[in-house]
Amino acid sequence: MSVLVVAEHDNKNLKSSTLNTISAAKKLSEDIHLLILGNKIEDLAKSSKSIQLVKKVIICDHEKLENQIPELSSPIISNLAENYSHILAPSSTFGKNLLPRVSALLDVTQISDIIGIESQDTFIRPIYAGNAISYVQTDQKINLMTVRPTSFEKCEETGGDAAVENISFIDSEVKTTFVSREVSKSDRPELGNARVVVSGGRGLENSDNFKLLYDLADKLNAAVGASRAAVDSGYIGNEYQVGQTGKMVAPELYIAVGISGAIQHLAGMKESKVIVAINKDLEAPIFNIADYGLSSDLFQAIPEIIKELDLLNQIES
Amino acid sequence: MKVLVAVKRVVDYKVQIRVKSDNSGVETQNVKMSVNPPDENAIEEAVKLKEQGLANEIISVSIGDDKSQDVLRTSMAMGIDRSILVKSQNTLEPLAVAKTLKIIIDKEKPDLVLMGKQAIDDDSNQTGQILSALLNWPQGCFISNLKIENNKVFISREIDEGIENLETSLPAVLTCDLRLNTPRFASLPNIMKAKKKPLETIDIDTLGIDTSSKIKTLKVIDPPKRKAGIMVNDVKELVQKLKYEAKVI
Repeated sequence: MSVLVVAEHDNKNLKSSTLNTISAAKKLSEDIHLLILGNKIEDLAKSSKSIQLVKKVIICDHEKLENQIPELSSPIISNLAENYSHILAPSSTFGKNLLPRVSALLDVTQISDIIGIESQDTFIRPIYAGNAISYVQTDQKINLMTVRPTSFEKCEETGGDAAVENISFIDSEVKTTFVSREVSKSDRPELGNARVVVSGGRGLENSDNFKLLYDLADKLNAAVGASRAAVDSGYIGNEYQVGQTGKMVAPELYIAVGISGAIQHLAGMKESKVIVAINKDLEAPIFNIADYGLSSDLFQAIPEIIKELDLLNQIES
Repeated sequence: MKVLVAVKRVVDYKVQIRVKSDNSGVETQNVKMSVNPPDENAIEEAVKLKEQGLANEIISVSIGDDKSQDVLRTSMAMGIDRSILVKSQNTLEPLAVAKTLKIIIDKEKPDLVLMGKQAIDDDSNQTGQILSALLNWPQGCFISNLKIENNKVFISREIDEGIENLETSLPAVLTCDLRLNTPRFASLPNIMKAKKKPLETIDIDTLGIDTSSKIKTLKVIDPPKRKAGIMVNDVKELVQKLKYEAKVI
């Protein structure tokens, strides 16, 4: 049967989490449909139809869908459900906010944050902040799942020519209105998607010192992350938090600076390929999972690393 | 305004959990249990609303066996007026939890429902959203700020891109982020007082809803272990290793 992927986007571009979710859908079916709910999304529909794995792009274009209010979008999704064996959305704040509502409308139990697909009805998901891995099976009429983006490759965005179908907007009485969105602008790569992540913790001591991390991140073309302690202390915004209640990342290189390594933080980054820990406390638990540990004062180490990287670049050029 | 807070009893966040040797689940016997951390933020917010004179009655609900009375007593020690325990021997999935809460809500008729954004045991992050859909009330998830004025509700939600600000109205279901507030510690006198506050018990079988599991757990295993790494002596060695050994820079 067909699989429906609910696209995460900003009305202009797909978020990369959508591409990871499409790859997950590929493990279930060849007939993947991509549902885009948004406002003024003709261009987005055009660019999305070239995704090779997608057979059909379903568009619902309406001004009320501009801000992804789940009370409005969930009935549109549940209305399409009978055509599908599975409905997938990324396990981002977008998908988490939306898909459980659809599950309520369909009266099925959703499976959250899957990291693997064993078969049509058997899925793998982390529990207890990733300290245990659960294999679950279900025989419901339809399977709703949010997909952890870092557990699946991004699919190709080109090479395809999917059909495009427009569906009409179903209005619902909604009491919630969008006021504003505070989004920090940055030229650095997206945290969930970067090849290198440089993360700071309480060891940074204040928000000014995070500038050190930004300098290092810029040298490595890295995204910046943070521990919950750093975010709670107001050193940096919540959108940078890595961990159980923040973002999950799995870059090729994760550099943890001044982060002690609470299990809730490790939950968000321990799938990284190479982990570097820099901490002056030799007892910090982060060293237990680091590939390379450096017990040093970060305020000395970071400028030195930047200098060494400059030196390397000089030798190469 | 009447506020209802949903509270879950979970393995304490500081405990290093153990997978059972028969791979049927995670060991919860003889392990320290506590209020699910973001549920504590929900309790704190309800108590603050009462202190501000916005709420006149605040109640907490938990679903579980008799031991879940602990977390309800804790909530009452923090300032909740009274509690309801829906007794269930089985662990309920989010859909069943939401259906159970809906029945309690239909009876208690609160104006606002608060709960944590996720439970730190199964990490599902579903119950508030499902409940809001079942009730057909507005939903506000992962909130880090709440202001209520003249029946209008202003919330800030933590989203992947930053913060989203929404305006909605009561009744509503809101799920709380850890940054919403700092939960207070229950003082000893308040812990003593909480023992005398009313705690009603309802058997889940009397509610007439299907709470059976739709998801079967085949096995629970340990996550793959990372192999032990090395300590480097200085920055120069670190950069060399990253460049020539790991080849990631």
